[in-house]
Amino acid sequence: MPKRTDIKKILIIGSGPIIIGQGCEFDYSGTQACKVLKQEGFKVVLVNSNPATIMTDPEIADKTYIEPITVEAIEKIIAKERPDALLPTLGGQTALNATMGLFEKGVLKKYKVETIGADVKSIKKGEDRQLFKEAMKKIGIDLPKSGKAYDLKAAVGLAKKLGFPVIIRPSFTLGGTGGSIAWNMKEFSELAKRGIESSIIGEILIEESVIGWKEFELEVMRDLKDNVVIVCSIENFDPMGTHTGDSITVAPAQTLTDKEYQKMRDSAIKCIREIGVQTGGSNIQFAVHPKTGRQVIIEMNPRVSRSSALASKATGFPIAKIAAKLAIGYTLDEISNDITRKTPSSFEPAIDYCVVKVPRFTFEKFPEAKDILGVSMKSVGETMAIGRTFKEALQKALRGLEIGHSGLDNKLDYRRIRNDKIKLRLEEPNASRIFYIKYALQKGYSVEKIQAITGIDPWFLQNIKEIVEFEKKLSAVSFQLSAEKLIKAKQYGFSDRQIANLTKSNEAAIRKLRKKHGVKAVFKLVDTCAAEFEAYTPYYYSTYEEEDETRISKKKKIMILGGGPNRIGQGIEFDYCCCHASFALKELGYETIMVNSNPETVSTDYDTSDKLYFEPLTFEDVMNIIDNEKPDGIIVQFGGQTPLNLAAELKKAGAPIIGTSVNSINKAENREKFAKVLKKLKISQPENGSAFSKEEALNIARKIGYPVLVRPSYVLGGRAMKIVYDDISLESFISEAQEVCEGHPVLIDKFLEDAIEVDVDAISDGSLTVIGGIMEHIEEAGVHSGDSACVLPPHTLGEGMLNMIKKYTYALSKELMVRGLMNIQFAIKDDRVFCLEVNPRASRTVPFVSKATGVPLAKIAAKVMTGKSLKGLGFTKEVKIKHIAVKESVLPFSRFSGVDIVLGPEMKSTGEVMGIDDSFGVAFYKSQLAAGQNIPLKGRIFISVKNNDKRNIVFIAKKLSDMGFEIIATKGTHKALCSNNIKASSVDKISEGDNKILDLIKNNEIQLIINTPSGARGQSDMRPIRSLAVMRGIPCITTMNGAQAAVNGIEAVIKKRFGVKAIQDFI
Amino acid sequence: MKAKIVLEDGKIFEGFSFGAPGERCGEIVFNTSMTGYQEILTDPSYKGQIVIMTYPLIGNYGINAEDIESKKIFLEGFVVKECSSIASNWRSSKTLASYLKENNILGVEGIDTRALTRHIRLKGAMKAIISTKDPDTKSLLKKVKASPGLVGIDLVKEVTSSKIQYWKKKGKHKVVVIDCGVKFNILRELAKRGCKVIVVPANTSSEKILEINPDAVLLSNGPGDPQALAYVVNTVKKLIGKMPIFGICLGHQVLGLALGGKTYKLKFGHHGANHPVKDLRTGKVYITTQNHGFCVDIKSLNKKDINTTHLNLNDNTSEGMRHRKLPIFSVQFHPEASAGPHEAKYLFDEFIKMMEI
Repeated sequence: MPKRTDIKKILIIGSGPIIIGQGCEFDYSGTQACKVLKQEGFKVVLVNSNPATIMTDPEIADKTYIEPITVEAIEKIIAKERPDALLPTLGGQTALNATMGLFEKGVLKKYKVETIGADVKSIKKGEDRQLFKEAMKKIGIDLPKSGKAYDLKAAVGLAKKLGFPVIIRPSFTLGGTGGSIAWNMKEFSELAKRGIESSIIGEILIEESVIGWKEFELEVMRDLKDNVVIVCSIENFDPMGTHTGDSITVAPAQTLTDKEYQKMRDSAIKCIREIGVQTGGSNIQFAVHPKTGRQVIIEMNPRVSRSSALASKATGFPIAKIAAKLAIGYTLDEISNDITRKTPSSFEPAIDYCVVKVPRFTFEKFPEAKDILGVSMKSVGETMAIGRTFKEALQKALRGLEIGHSGLDNKLDYRRIRNDKIKLRLEEPNASRIFYIKYALQKGYSVEKIQAITGIDPWFLQNIKEIVEFEKKLSAVSFQLSAEKLIKAKQYGFSDRQIANLTKSNEAAIRKLRKKHGVKAVFKLVDTCAAEFEAYTPYYYSTYEEEDETRISKKKKIMILGGGPNRIGQGIEFDYCCCHASFALKELGYETIMVNSNPETVSTDYDTSDKLYFEPLTFEDVMNIIDNEKPDGIIVQFGGQTPLNLAAELKKAGAPIIGTSVNSINKAENREKFAKVLKKLKISQPENGSAFSKEEALNIARKIGYPVLVRPSYVLGGRAMKIVYDDISLESFISEAQEVCEGHPVLIDKFLEDAIEVDVDAISDGSLTVIGGIMEHIEEAGVHSGDSACVLPPHTLGEGMLNMIKKYTYALSKELMVRGLMNIQFAIKDDRVFCLEVNPRASRTVPFVSKATGVPLAKIAAKVMTGKSLKGLGFTKEVKIKHIAVKESVLPFSRFSGVDIVLGPEMKSTGEVMGIDDSFGVAFYKSQLAAGQNIPLKGRIFISVKNNDKRNIVFIAKKLSDMGFEIIATKGTHKALCSNNIKASSVDKISEGDNKILDLIKNNEIQLIINTPSGARGQSDMRPIRSLAVMRGIPCITTMNGAQAAVNGIEAVIKKRFGVKAIQDFI
Repeated sequence: MKAKIVLEDGKIFEGFSFGAPGERCGEIVFNTSMTGYQEILTDPSYKGQIVIMTYPLIGNYGINAEDIESKKIFLEGFVVKECSSIASNWRSSKTLASYLKENNILGVEGIDTRALTRHIRLKGAMKAIISTKDPDTKSLLKKVKASPGLVGIDLVKEVTSSKIQYWKKKGKHKVVVIDCGVKFNILRELAKRGCKVIVVPANTSSEKILEINPDAVLLSNGPGDPQALAYVVNTVKKLIGKMPIFGICLGHQVLGLALGGKTYKLKFGHHGANHPVKDLRTGKVYITTQNHGFCVDIKSLNKKDINTTHLNLNDNTSEGMRHRKLPIFSVQFHPEASAGPHEAKYLFDEFIKMMEI
């Protein structure tokens, strides 16, 4: 079927900020879709609030709206752009929800916008649990058994019939209380009774539990001619009960016979047809009973998903790209396979390797939350590894995870772990279960026993056992490692470092020994067809076998090291920079080589760079590629801390690192060296010191004066930073910190209270330094810059201050001999500028600045790193913008129950959004909307602030009151307001024994909370309020500056509803 | 135990034996299916061939009693990257390794199967030898060169049944299956559709078949070169026009020859479960199971009588044809699947319809 010609303009909805459960995979899919549709001659209108995406680059779509993904904003865009069609299936759940919202409000009908890909009816059918159940029943696909009950007797009867465990789901509860699980009749009677009571209509759904069953997923594609293909099958290592995003997953399915696999395939095809997804991809999940083989369907996502990104990277089949082509009328057989060129896309990829994905967690950031996994997703990123065996891929993935493991190695001595601990860690799915499986095997647990406890398929466990057994042999051979043993170790995925640890040697010696024995990594192609056809796209992975398939060109080449799995603090922003480096260097005629292990990203798309190596970012793996490709330059500045950490070692091994020298990077990162630099340049720094003992720490703190910012040195990612106000809290911090890192000092800095923090991004070519952007933080210093909102250009700083900042920036860049990007954080207190830190690398704010100013900073920087001058590139002056851009961060608190939402020096946000407008108020308001903070324009506001803020809150409350808000405050705050003639009612604090405020929040009678906690005590007192607010989605502002900005926003929007404007029209 | 694979062009691969010890020659081919090794092992069409599985992890779900396509293993050798040491599946009764040993079949693991596959893709399917006994490459090379290979050899006589047998004794339609190495699933599909299924040896004469007086004849799949099967071709020629005929795989090639067409050898054949085939009558694309080294030359067929109905979208080779006047049709791929996708089973329904007219 040829391309549709009746539509000309297509609206694509992106997925907004990176949040848990919705990572940068949707940037990957959306970017592919935009590019395809544009190539096909359609006008593409894009809305996405996330500035850190490639898809919001001005050249990707024709009109790019960095606006909140809300029905209101999108309606304005539709009214302005009048698109013919809306493609809702590439922006995750966010885009689907927005589409449903637009439909329900009648916007689509009003403006005659057709949904392509999946229509509203099929989205509903796929998403609504009941409709989906009915649809599956209709076509005869088995589901978990279930029934409804209205009284306990009937419920008990049903439970007996279904057998334990069972799931109990009350129908229609206030606030959507979720399901619970009962393992025996006693638990059941209790839960069923409670369920019936909590249901408005006194009804509960009792469902057979499939927890512990084997879990599978199929990625399905369908075209308008009803051709359907399965792109990939995925088997979850962790059985049902653990969210698939939190499970280790393996592609293709490993333990299904062809008969069972084909049955699943048939069901998937029937399912996509019945749900009615016209074109594009869907993800369908199945559970299989391990003893009987009974197959049931669990759910389907009528859209491109996280798993589709994984499936695309795992097979080389570009699901999103093809989905976009199918949406505009092509059929699968009309689209050629990019990789083989000669064969069509109407086929099912055959793979000849094993793919393992391992999720990355950041529970260490939320010490109050347990690292137990369940049906709600907790992981913030993932790494994927490709190997020729499961053993190899698993070990590669574990070292690619960057959590201090070089494979499936031991962090703990298994002999010292008690059996009950092992049993517990095996029983409850958790972030480190994979390692406990190993400890259990080392302790002599049998595969059968571990299977009985975990429900994990014995095939996986047996493979791990084989790793453990081989490891035992390795540690016995000590120094005399034969070539044969060495190659087997490498084929089992052992890293040089692992082998070194086991044989009491060191990584360099093992590497040397390998070279001596000729044991070297070979690279094989991901080609969609298991070598049946010639492949043209150079997408490689390493293994240890005979044949190497790389084609080394004679071109000048530059290798870019990516950032590995996303985590808090290192996410899409760095991938954005890596992609831009690749684009820029291609423009200069270099061959670009990307190395990364994150399947969600644009950088691991096979057509982003000339060559892609899907490999872990460790010294060993990177060196293998360098040895093979011999690149002329290597960029380590763009992928965040990951590649930067490798820089020194790579340089020592002779790798040609370009840009700012490793020496300069070290100068900026090393505390003492950096202090010397600042001293030389006469730039102030908060007073500081480092302490090895409690006494030393107390002395330093007393000398520089409280509050102080303390952190253990040499802990990854600046973790466990804290602001302490007195001796007692300092002492308790020290005792904790010393446990974390014995023998390393604790770093102590003077904390500049109520200072304004400023971020600067700049580029230098060695002789000229140009500022990309100066951003003023909205929250005061002390809140991690990644969690703080910021505004560009600065809205409260005077010309003199800005000049000072610029002067310091130029001086620092010169002193550190920066070639490429640099980011500096300043704090301003009492009109003095302090330098907090300098990072001579790409920063998290680079994409935001680029979107706000229209200057592609990362691209320019990459070119500079190859020796181009800023003058030659035509970027010699800071760009002045007339509009205002606000960046706001998005926090994952709703995922971690029990965790307080107060911001501090440790970064907790997962993503960011941008609000852009001509006025600060509106830009800020938009940024809040985009971040999911529904700042109200009317209603009731609860205010409770610490003593220091009582003076300032008066102005804020006055404005709110004048704008018609009703104010309710705790006693102290209430008193402050009353004495300034602001109308407010008073409520008791919870610690004063009253829960009234909680009830008000529960009953949706509070629309906004302003609560600035003071000290440790104030923090805990208000904690239940803040937690409840998060769970109920009520905006909760915890800083005075944040409150001030919100008031500005409310005021601006009340005066004049906000408009929408494409970034192409701003710059 | 070490095992050696030597190809007739001198290429050598070394690995470890996980099956029976010994030495066997055959044409070496690769199969890209990611599931279904048990069906592949028991598919008689692999007689005379050494099969490489391109998916590296084989044996994971073991061997069960049901998923067999014939009574024994016919292939000459089985080559994988890694054979699972355990079998994990609720239906499994034994491991792959023990199954091969019981059936006295050579299995080799630890091979860079991708390199071997690429070699075959570039150089074509060729003769090879597997040995656990003879470590001497030169002697192995000599043996492989002296082996007969596939071209012009009648392998059907090695796999066909020895006498007329009933697969299903009762049924609405009486179907004779000419057994050139039939896969059980073809018989199961016919039986499922209410056919009385009679399996006859490949050398059964047309007179004998007509004596049975079936409603239709099915020409089965099977191993090797169709041009070596003049006796089957002749039988088919005599059956044309007498009743509906459905040919599958080798049966398609035999029918092609009987209708006056020609066959030729493909460079490395089609062996897998992911090949897109377009039904030219509807424009729909089916993902099919394929297993053939020879092919019907579309150009050699008389277009006046024969309509090309199916095309392989990867290389545009013949995948199906139909007589314009007579109820005769055939496909190169395997509508019975096993291993592979089920979606082409509609062809069995078409066959039944022909009998009902």
